[in-house]
Amino acid sequence: MQKFKEFIIEKLILISGLASIFFVILIFLFLLKEGLALFKFVNPGQFLFGKNWYPISEPAQLEILPLILGSLLVTLGAAVISIPIGVGCAIFIAEVSPPSIKEILKAGIELLAAIPSVVLGFIGMVTLVPWVKNIFQLPTGLTAVSGSIMLAFMAMPTIVSIAEDALYSVPKSYKEGALALGSTKWQAIYRVLLPAASSGIFAAVMLGLGRVIGETMAVMMITGNAAVIPKSILQPVRTLTATIAAEMGEAVVGSEHYFALFAIGIVLFVVSFMINVTADLFLHRKKI
Amino acid sequence: MSSKINVNQLNLWYSDFHALKNIQIAIEEKQITAIIGPSGCGKSTLLRVFNRMNDLVEGVRMQGEVFIDGMNILDSKTDLVTLRKRVGMVFQRPNPFPLSIYENVAFGQRIHNHITKNSLDEIVERCLKCVLLWDDLKDKLHKSALHLSLEQKQRLCIARLLAVKPDLLLMDEPCSALDPQSTARIEELMRELKTDYTIIIVTHNMQQAARISDRTAFLLLGELIEHGTTSKIFTNPTKKDTEDYISGRYG
Repeated sequence: MQKFKEFIIEKLILISGLASIFFVILIFLFLLKEGLALFKFVNPGQFLFGKNWYPISEPAQLEILPLILGSLLVTLGAAVISIPIGVGCAIFIAEVSPPSIKEILKAGIELLAAIPSVVLGFIGMVTLVPWVKNIFQLPTGLTAVSGSIMLAFMAMPTIVSIAEDALYSVPKSYKEGALALGSTKWQAIYRVLLPAASSGIFAAVMLGLGRVIGETMAVMMITGNAAVIPKSILQPVRTLTATIAAEMGEAVVGSEHYFALFAIGIVLFVVSFMINVTADLFLHRKKI
Repeated sequence: MSSKINVNQLNLWYSDFHALKNIQIAIEEKQITAIIGPSGCGKSTLLRVFNRMNDLVEGVRMQGEVFIDGMNILDSKTDLVTLRKRVGMVFQRPNPFPLSIYENVAFGQRIHNHITKNSLDEIVERCLKCVLLWDDLKDKLHKSALHLSLEQKQRLCIARLLAVKPDLLLMDEPCSALDPQSTARIEELMRELKTDYTIIIVTHNMQQAARISDRTAFLLLGELIEHGTTSKIFTNPTKKDTEDYISGRYG
C-alpha cells in the first residue's frame, strides 16, 4: 500500500514536470504555425526590412522594420539609463552600504519589482510624459525617451538583484587581498571585484534587458505608438510588443494582418530566447 | 628603541569579546617572529593589528599603542593606504586575484604609481624571480593565476606583496593549505626573505615555528604568556602554560 502511494505521488510529480515543457512546446508550435503562414503572402526579407506598416490599407503592407527599430531604440535608451544606475546600486548594496541601509534598499528594490507594469505606465503617463514634453519643448511627450525612462525602472530590479548576487559571491579573500596591498575601497571594487563578477553582471544586464524587450503595457501607454522609422529618441515610436497588443483585437482571424502579428511574436520569441541563452551562458561560465 | 615594532598595552575588543588583553611586545627588525598558541587565542587578531585589517570587522575597538618605526599606527590620523603598503600580508588560503599572473604582480604598482610599461615588466620579473616562480611561469605570464598549484599561488601572493616594496611581512598561517614539500619550500623562501624583510608569522604548527623563527611569542586566551628567542621558548620556557602547550598537553 505504502509503495503504491509512493508510485502515484512520483508519477504525479513527473506529470507536473512534463506539463510545463509540454505547454511550452505547444505554444511554440502554435506560434510557428500561425506566424509562418504569413510568408505565403509576404517574403521574409520584406517583412523584416521593409519600412511600411500599414496593416489595414488595401493591399495591406506588413513590414516591421519601424517596429524593430522602435523596440531597439526604447531598449537601448532603457539600457543606457538602467545599466549604470543598476550596477552602481548593486555595488553600493554589496560593498558600500551599512547593513541597516542595505536591508531597506533591498526591500525597496523588491517593491519596485512588484509594481504592475500598467501602474508604472499610468504613473509615467501623468507625470513623466508632460515633463518630457515641457523640458524638450515637444508637441507631445509620448516619445521613445519616455518609454526608455519608464522601462529603465522595470529593468532595474532584475539588474540590481542579480548583479548584487554576483558581487556578493566574489570570495571575500579577493577584497581582503586588495585592501592588504594598500588599495583603496574603490580600487579594490574596480580592479578586482568588478572583473571577478563581470560574467554575473553581464548576465544581470542581459536579463534586465530581456524584461525590457518583452514589456508591453507601459510602452504601449507612453511611447506614442507611431509606426514610423524613428529619427530621434524624442519622437513617438511603436514597439513590437505594443503592436501585437494593440492590433490583435481588431485583426480578422486568418487574415494576413493576423498572421503578421504572430510572425512578430516569433521575432520577439527569438530575440528573448537569444538574450536568455546569452545570459545563461555567462551566468554559468566558469570564472577565468 | 631599536625594535621594529613596539606594542604597548594593547587591548582589543570584538563588540563585548575581549580578544587581546594588555599585549606588550617588541618585534625585532629582519628577524622572523612566530606567534603561536591554540585556536582562538588571538594570534591572527594580533597579526591583523599591524596592518589594521581588523578595521574591516564590525564592532572592533582598540586601545593602547602600536609603534612601527616610531609611528603609532593606532592613531586615527594614520593613512591606511600608506600603512598597508609598508606592512604586507600573506593569507592562510592563497588568494591570487582572478586576473593574469602578470596583472597580479603588477596590481600594487597599478594602484600606487603611474609607471611605464618597461619598468613594470622589470618589477614583475624581479618579484617573480625573488619567489622562484620566474623560470616556471615566464612563458605564461598572461594566463590566469587561478590555474596555478596552491604552492605557486602562495608564492605569487608573496611576489605580489614584494612588488609594493613593504618592509614588514605578515604571514597568517601561510602554509596551512600546502603539502609538506611545498611547505618546506615556502619556509626556505621565508629564510631568504629575512635578509631584507621583518617577518611575523602566525602558525599553529609548532614545528614550523621552531624551524624557521628567531623569536617566538606564545598567546593564550588573548594574553601574551611568554615571548623570547625561539630556542629559549622551546627548550627552557619559564611559564608552565608555555611548557604544557609546546609539549602538546593541550592546544
